Amino acid sequence: MSGHSTYEPKTGLERWLDSRLPIIRFANDTIVTFPTPKNLNYWWTFGGVLSLMLGLQIVTGIILAMHYVPHVDYAFNSIQRIKRDVNYGWLIQGMHANGASMFFLAVYIHMFRNLYYGSYKAPREVLWILGCVIYLLMMATAFFGYVLPWGQMSFHGAVVITNLIGALPIIGPSITTWLWGGFAVDDPTLNRFFSLHYLLPFMIAGVVALHVWALHVPGNNNPTGVNVKSKEDTVPFHPYYTVKDGFAISVFLIMYAVFVFYLPDALGDAANYIQANPLQTPQHIVPEWYLLPFYAILRAVPNKLMGVLLMFGAIGTLFVLPWLDTSKVRSMRYRPTMRLYYFIFILACLVLGYCGAHAPDDMVIPGVAGPQFLDANLNSIVWLSRIAALFYFVYFWVITPLMGLTETPLPEPESISTPVLSHPASAPAGATASPEKRG
Amino acid sequence: MLRKGFAFAALGLALLAGPALAATTNEEPSNVHWSFEGPFGKFDKEQLQRGYKVYREVCSACHSMNLMYFRNLGQKGGPFYDPKYPNPNNNPVVKSLAHDITVKDIDTDTGDVISRPAIPADKFPAPFANEYAARASNGGSLPPDLSVMAKAREGGPAYIYSLLSGFKAPPAGLTLQAGKYYDPYFAGDLTGSWHGAASKVPEGGAISMPPPLTDGKVTFDDGHANRIKDEAYDVSAFLAWAAEPKMEERKAFGLGAMIYLLIFSGLLYASYKKIWKNVAH
Repeated sequence: MSGHSTYEPKTGLERWLDSRLPIIRFANDTIVTFPTPKNLNYWWTFGGVLSLMLGLQIVTGIILAMHYVPHVDYAFNSIQRIKRDVNYGWLIQGMHANGASMFFLAVYIHMFRNLYYGSYKAPREVLWILGCVIYLLMMATAFFGYVLPWGQMSFHGAVVITNLIGALPIIGPSITTWLWGGFAVDDPTLNRFFSLHYLLPFMIAGVVALHVWALHVPGNNNPTGVNVKSKEDTVPFHPYYTVKDGFAISVFLIMYAVFVFYLPDALGDAANYIQANPLQTPQHIVPEWYLLPFYAILRAVPNKLMGVLLMFGAIGTLFVLPWLDTSKVRSMRYRPTMRLYYFIFILACLVLGYCGAHAPDDMVIPGVAGPQFLDANLNSIVWLSRIAALFYFVYFWVITPLMGLTETPLPEPESISTPVLSHPASAPAGATASPEKRG
Repeated sequence: MLRKGFAFAALGLALLAGPALAATTNEEPSNVHWSFEGPFGKFDKEQLQRGYKVYREVCSACHSMNLMYFRNLGQKGGPFYDPKYPNPNNNPVVKSLAHDITVKDIDTDTGDVISRPAIPADKFPAPFANEYAARASNGGSLPPDLSVMAKAREGGPAYIYSLLSGFKAPPAGLTLQAGKYYDPYFAGDLTGSWHGAASKVPEGGAISMPPPLTDGKVTFDDGHANRIKDEAYDVSAFLAWAAEPKMEERKAFGLGAMIYLLIFSGLLYASYKKIWKNVAH
């Protein structure tokens, strides 16, 4: 796709097909000969992990849909029936439920890697935006999917989230009614959520195809952030990265398997083993871990509409990030000051996640009666989430543009190969000349 | 202070106008050990058999287990599994256990509702015809279904064990309504029933279930000790099995999967090292 195809059809059939639908050429250019920077580290393997997770979620999901009953009276028991009576249903359901968490874990690592190495910067803005679209679709899919088991947390989570959308002026109430299919979360809601939960993953797959296409035009960024300058800087994707990604995927699967086989309920909520009861609200309504930071931002603001806008703003910010960053240097390897802020940013995200899991009035430091400040105690989760949420936005809207203009970055290497060759423990001289020919 | 916090949460969150949220407290479940803990843990079949007896003779008077069938008792990993009968419907022990119980059915000749002895393919019958009947017989409270109870509470079987064996006489200063019982392990807010110092509200809650077990209440066929703690321990294990009858299969499958993945990862790492040997990176 990037206009440097080296594919040569070898058989008559391949030549025939190539002049009609060059699909083998396409596959060859995409996953075999695709020139890839040779210095990618393990943080770059999560694209492969994510492709596999999407595939696994779709396959397990299709099988689950064969047995699941989207009805308020039967949904809860139908999940249990899958786990008890369907052959290997416990495995398929466990893979799907825990797979969602693994999918998000991988996507967060993928995104944080992107932020660190400045991969969203020109000429990869469209690639990054498509990734943000995938992330949004993933959150919607995960939310719809979490409602389907029709447990207490499913139901009341659906009530909270659909009510949030109702806070938007003018259009909000209509969208909420449309989502509900009535005047409350009920059977029509469950049915349309099931339909949408089945639809969205295929939309994700479509955007993933665009995402890969957009990747293959400029090619991969790399840990130095320096553009590929010559053929010496790259290796063909296969076998170099198929084997490296393969190894990383296998290690990731080990962690996934630990959850599926030994801790299948560790990431879930006990309350979701109680069938949904609209008349009984659980004491704490908490979303799944991967949405907790946004939940904390939402609750940090006492005004409902402002909370909703800030929560969506936190995601919306990501879309404009390529134009907020003024730095000419991509990789934070050469931006020591920015790197410091970056790690504080990760900390802020983790703190927001922690806040999202606790009640707003819980003490942060137990046993210390802090002073009252404005509407809440300073030693409370509310204030901690406000500080972290503030940093979240300041990082993107103030620090990122300012640092690019004011910092003095360290000197970048001239090319990807330079730091490698100057490395004392580097390979024998000449080894890098044309590694793709050495196999 | 906590109430105010929740009001704040409700505002920020736009929670539905539900019942007022109260702060609940309860003691942490006791630290009990189970044969089915850990990656290699398995259910103790004899314990499950005793646990089934406790459920059948005590709990089932009020609590349904709507997800359980008699055949489950004889399936692989179940309390009465017998390798001679891979199809649990043929297992004579399961047949006879089912036969002891009467279930409702429809006479297909007349359409009348009839009672007949259960067969392994039958569900555990529910003690009450519907929720209203259940509440009417239990002072307005609904005894919850126990099928997945061991997964539906924080602490799981340890919580159930603690709750069942943890009933206490209300401490001086705590006045409970008629039909309520004090259990420190039951999540609740006793502020309203407490007459002592505000800072010393006892942990726990007022539960509508009277203490169900007594020493010697259930006589075990294997002669096992039957103090309250033993009965509670065994029925909790039974409920843990009922909540996930495929747990042993899951762990066994997991062992194979882990070995496979570890070897596969090792091979991939060796391939990676070999392929990249001559590339400086």
